[in-house]
Amino acid sequence: MIDALPPGLILILGALLIPATSGLVRQGLVLALPLLTLWAIWLVPDGVQATLPFFGYMLEPVEGSIVGRLFATVFTVMTLIGGLYAMNQARAVELAGAFGYAGSAVGVTFAGDLITMFVFWEIMAIGSTVVIWAAGTASAYAASMRYALVHIFGGVVLMVGVVGHIAETGSIDFVAMQADSLARWLILIGFLVNAGAPPFSAWLPDAYPEASPSGTVFLSAYTTKTAVFTLLVGFPGEQILVWVGLYMALYGIIYALLENDMRRILAYSIVNQVGFMVCGIGIGTEMALNGAASHAFAHIIYKALLLMSAGSVLMMTGKRKCTELGGLFQSMPVTAFCGIIGALAISSFPFTSGFVSKSMINQSAADLHLTFVWMMLTAASAGVFLHAGIKFPWFVFFQKDSGMRPPDPPLNMKLAMYVFAGLCILLGVWTDPLYAILPYPVDYVPYTGDHLVSQFQLLLFAGLAFFVMLPMMKRTETISLDLDWFYRRFFKAIGTEFTVRAGDHRQELEQAALARLGRFVEGLYRHHGPQGILARTWPTGSTVLWVAILLGVYVVIYYI
Amino acid sequence: MSAPSDDRDKHWLVRAATIRKLWILFAAILAVTVLVQLAVPLHGHFGIDGWFGFPAAYGFLTCVAMVVGAKILGIFLKRKDSYYDD
Repeated sequence: MIDALPPGLILILGALLIPATSGLVRQGLVLALPLLTLWAIWLVPDGVQATLPFFGYMLEPVEGSIVGRLFATVFTVMTLIGGLYAMNQARAVELAGAFGYAGSAVGVTFAGDLITMFVFWEIMAIGSTVVIWAAGTASAYAASMRYALVHIFGGVVLMVGVVGHIAETGSIDFVAMQADSLARWLILIGFLVNAGAPPFSAWLPDAYPEASPSGTVFLSAYTTKTAVFTLLVGFPGEQILVWVGLYMALYGIIYALLENDMRRILAYSIVNQVGFMVCGIGIGTEMALNGAASHAFAHIIYKALLLMSAGSVLMMTGKRKCTELGGLFQSMPVTAFCGIIGALAISSFPFTSGFVSKSMINQSAADLHLTFVWMMLTAASAGVFLHAGIKFPWFVFFQKDSGMRPPDPPLNMKLAMYVFAGLCILLGVWTDPLYAILPYPVDYVPYTGDHLVSQFQLLLFAGLAFFVMLPMMKRTETISLDLDWFYRRFFKAIGTEFTVRAGDHRQELEQAALARLGRFVEGLYRHHGPQGILARTWPTGSTVLWVAILLGVYVVIYYI
Repeated sequence: MSAPSDDRDKHWLVRAATIRKLWILFAAILAVTVLVQLAVPLHGHFGIDGWFGFPAAYGFLTCVAMVVGAKILGIFLKRKDSYYDD
């Protein structure tokens, strides 16, 4: 029986209304829909609230859970403030896409079974593709198609896994499992494609920075964090995730260090941050899972803030490359200030949200005496300050003076940045509200003298390294090759080569066949045509002559 | 770095004198964060992480290593940003 509707449906259905409205009505809708959804989310109690028969299976489209509510809450807060940021500047199609995308992400967090999860998962892919595509440029269109292909591939892998899993176990319940059969491996891989895990990390920095200033803000929040949610529910403690996460954390840093496009730097740092969460899920203790969940919560807010800051710069200057930016703090103080708050939060600076969330992941590695993992996570934490914490604000707002003096963006965009900057600080200094809604009871005190001293040392000396190494970090107008090179260049080149060679060969075959046909026709014509020997009329006289000759020869031979 | 006459037109934050003061301030803060360890001893989990100045040294050295590592990888991976455009 349906006696509760999925809260995500409010956003999905509301998204369809957005293009039909304009002016104040649309602004009201953009703010009211997320608030209404937030209210609906907190009305759903724990446990299965609605079932729906489907081909002999009982779907559970609404199942309340602590971790689902946590993710749904931050998704909706993100939609609200992202909507505030975007409502006057974004195209209607982008807002509609973003709201549908957000609603389906909320849908995943309430899915009690794999089929419901998969349906919302796929709506997300459509919504997000629309958001990228709505930027309206040729490069955005191309990027949105590459993005869609990767996600359709990921979706197919996930679907095959889900079908196999249901065939093996007979159960569609979305509960914790282990990667112990091909089907469950495929489910894990399907989740990881959306998390930006290797070898499928490149879709994220490829596609997100091509969206509009507000589009990238929406994109940064849902796909990867929904993947974190599904990994958290489906594969807690799966050991391979520790290594996948560490790889992602370091990959993000290295590529961000090489990057010139400010929003692509931040896109690489999404992979880096999701790496911390994936690693935490792999560690799998209660503290590590709390760390992954709270870090996802904090991350959505500070990453959106960073991309709002970068988006404001893009909108006001039309430029996105570090080589063309610089000195903007003078005329865009609000954007610079809020960007710096976001940069501090992503770096887990004390008194920001990142400090109280990520530390739990590092602490859980230390508690289990996973020396190597802890060392890598700590190095990656220092690297975050290097590649995002300082690099982004430094190259955009300081470094050389670009001479540009654009003003701060319009009021609604500034307000959105203020709200998220405030939340970054608030969550950092007042931990109780966040800790209260985590999946497990929190037995962790972030503010100890020990922790503060070591974090300040780590980050400030990472900062020193940045300025000491600055000559080596001079930006160049380059991109860095990634594994997407295989589908953007290698397979394309192979395809082109195949087409060219196959075309040549086909032409040869065709010409040979035509020549043979020509010879056949020619032969026919020679023998049967007007001059053809077989078409000639044979005079009766010559036949008689031949018969006479043959008879004569016969008679001669007979007598001999 | 720039001539003093240019400096007066600049925002106070980017004048050479201010930048020098900022470096001095930064150096002082760095020194304090390490020296404060004398008062607040670190309880490491693995031994090495409780050493004096370990987080500072580790943060600095790993970052230098990452920058150098990225630079080396960049030799192989970097292409002009119009690489995929055609």
